[in-house]
Amino acid sequence: MRWGFGREDYRVKPGLYALGTPVATSPVLVTGNYRLTLDELRSSLDELEAWLLVVDTRGINVWCAAGKGTFSAEEVARVVAETRLAEVVEHRRLILPQLSAPGVAAHKVKEACGFRAVFGPVRVAELPGFLAAGMKADAEMRKVTFDLRDRAVLAPAELRFAWDRRVLLACVGILAASSIGADGVSLSRALRRGTPIIGAGALALLAGGGLTPLALPWLPGRAFSLKGAVVGGIVAAAATATFRRQLSPAARLALLVGVPAVSSYAAMNFTGSSPITSPSGVELEMRRALPLQAAAAIVAVGAWIASRLGE
Amino acid sequence: MSTLRYIEEAVTLELDVTRCNGCGLCVAVCPHAVFAIADGRAALVDRGACMECGACALNCAPGAISVEPGVGCAQAIINGWLTASEPSCDC
Repeated sequence: MRWGFGREDYRVKPGLYALGTPVATSPVLVTGNYRLTLDELRSSLDELEAWLLVVDTRGINVWCAAGKGTFSAEEVARVVAETRLAEVVEHRRLILPQLSAPGVAAHKVKEACGFRAVFGPVRVAELPGFLAAGMKADAEMRKVTFDLRDRAVLAPAELRFAWDRRVLLACVGILAASSIGADGVSLSRALRRGTPIIGAGALALLAGGGLTPLALPWLPGRAFSLKGAVVGGIVAAAATATFRRQLSPAARLALLVGVPAVSSYAAMNFTGSSPITSPSGVELEMRRALPLQAAAAIVAVGAWIASRLGE
Repeated sequence: MSTLRYIEEAVTLELDVTRCNGCGLCVAVCPHAVFAIADGRAALVDRGACMECGACALNCAPGAISVEPGVGCAQAIINGWLTASEPSCDC
């Protein structure tokens, strides 16, 4: 589902649900209606007796929904009223996921529905510890992590979304451009000349969208575009060395310049999957990197055309 | 995590300590431990780690914190440039 398969089936109906057999004094946990979130909640909290208040985030995860404003104090208050929560529980306390805070102002929740909003930990798995400690989160519970496992989960999802119609169109365009020769167009030439370029493109996407996210902390610099260019450069150098007999000098140049450019762009797009990048930083990085990426792409295309003319 | 840091020089986060009431919500909501409470007031202890999610500013009742919140996503910023509007992604 994370990869976009069966995404139409990702919404849970908003409302009040029971975890175990909660009573009037049981805690109320608030969350969004993304199915992956609720599956995670149910599997991590099977020992807990609690109320689960599901608000309508349109099937989007808590953090993104908070960023967009769909997970808001108004929405929480609306569902509190709709489910008549005040008649179900004795206390007046809601536990919200910490990552809903960019969308939910705790003081606004109190004003709008009379319930006090307490921010729980970042991760569901820490909820039992948080509750046992009297609703206190330690510093580790408050921090977002982005370790190798997190990145390994997100990189393939990001690559999956790169596979859309534009990529298919680009492949067709490359094959069409490759078919043209002095004697007109030819299908066999399209396959012979076009396939290596599509291969190089796939290699670049894999370098920038796959290898770069995995190796992120060990790559030089802070800009994702720089990290992606470095991985693209290494991959391109390896590919050039492997196929040096089949490649003309101009084709080698096209490979060495083009692959880092595409890899750099793909890596830059991984900023959207990372929990450490600030919009101001991404914009700064893009203003520096985009002209270089475009220039490198133009050089690569020029070198490729030159390599074809030299045949 | 501590070894992986992003570009810090453009961060827009500001704290006006004179308006702080020491409630500590900024410490509670920040996912990158940017704030700490010292002598009953908030302090910026790691401003460069800020990802500008806006949680602290929204939850600061006295309005002591300001930041230009948004998503740190290249695709969203491109969408914003193309449509000449606020950056927005479809994720």
